[in-house]
Amino acid sequence: MRGNRLKSAVLIAFCWIYHPAASYAEVLAVRNCNWCHGGSASGYPPAPALAAQRPQYVAKQLANFRAHTRDTPFSRQYMWGAARNLDAESVRNLALYFASLPPRAASDGVPSLVGLGQTIYQQGMPEANIVACVVCHGPNGEGIRDIPRLGGLDSTYLRRRLEQWKIGRIRLPKPRS
Amino acid sequence: MCSLNSRQIGRTTRRALLAFPAGRVLINAGSRVGFAAGILAFVLAGAVSAQHRITGSGDVQAKISYCKDCHGVSAQGFNGYYPIPRLAGQQPEYIENQLRAFIEHRRTNNIMFNVAHSLSPAMINALTAHFASLNPPPIGGAPRQLVATGRKIFEDGMPEVNIAACAACHGPEATGSGQIPRLAGQLYPYMLKTLNNWDKERGRNPTVPDAAAIMSPVAHSLNRSQIEAVAAFVSTLRSPRGTPNTVQ
Repeated sequence: MRGNRLKSAVLIAFCWIYHPAASYAEVLAVRNCNWCHGGSASGYPPAPALAAQRPQYVAKQLANFRAHTRDTPFSRQYMWGAARNLDAESVRNLALYFASLPPRAASDGVPSLVGLGQTIYQQGMPEANIVACVVCHGPNGEGIRDIPRLGGLDSTYLRRRLEQWKIGRIRLPKPRS
Repeated sequence: MCSLNSRQIGRTTRRALLAFPAGRVLINAGSRVGFAAGILAFVLAGAVSAQHRITGSGDVQAKISYCKDCHGVSAQGFNGYYPIPRLAGQQPEYIENQLRAFIEHRRTNNIMFNVAHSLSPAMINALTAHFASLNPPPIGGAPRQLVATGRKIFEDGMPEVNIAACAACHGPEATGSGQIPRLAGQLYPYMLKTLNNWDKERGRNPTVPDAAAIMSPVAHSLNRSQIEAVAAFVSTLRSPRGTPNTVQ
């Protein structure tokens, strides 16, 4: 597969340029992510896209997986193990690497719902006490600091996360500071 | 509101039942048990919403929780994509006036325009009283080295460029009064954004002049670094004596 060989070459080149001390272990770590998150980290359900994700968010989530504070069935099944052996530097490098990849829209939702979704995202539903997503996640879902990028994530992942919040599986849905 | 609540509760109950295989059997159309479960869900939903009608506190609590989804669990403010201001300890009259300002296009903010439309006067009273009673510590995050300069501007003003002391109107402890807002503990980035964009955000409706006109020349006279200094100073202020402010 020429494409894969090219990707590996790019990865090795990137790690070399980004961090001269980055070894093949770094490349291996990225490849381990790609098995589930897709070749360009643009997501492969149930694994969400990591391309262009906020680096602080990725780092924080990896820490949460390691501490088992992000506790969902898929976390237990995949990410607890995947994050177990990452040291602080690997976490930082992975987060910066994924942040540097271009985002790609999954566009896998029901097209007829896009209009309503846009309204809820931008305006919320004040009568039903639902806040507008845009206030924290930004006008294009790009996120900021450790607030995650939502733009381009596949609809099944976002739906699952929102449902997990709803049933209380994810604690601290409210901004603490 | 109440009908919406009962609808939501009905939907939640159905979803909860669907989550379990046994519940799915219950819900199967045509099944007598399913019918009974439906009736039960309906009665339960009705009972809950009837209680809301009597006390009204459920609605207020839900709305407070909604406000805090953005403004922070203790209404201490939150840095989202946009800075979301602290409401804790804020003057009730100020919040009430600002909510009206969104509706009357005196203050531009698409999100809060919609939010303000969903609030009845009774709800606004309940919300403002609640926020005035809160007193969490400031969230911090401002550059410390600016605080001393900020304090000087806040307390003494800059007579040479005709800037009065902020304390003259906002109070020595920056707790505000009436329509003049509390600034103590306000978010640093929110203060920056507000002072740097004063005329783009406030006093926008020439047919309804308001107190925003008082701040307009002040915001213009302050340069960027002076704004940063004042913002840094007020963002560090805690309420004196452990009470948010005097509510008149």
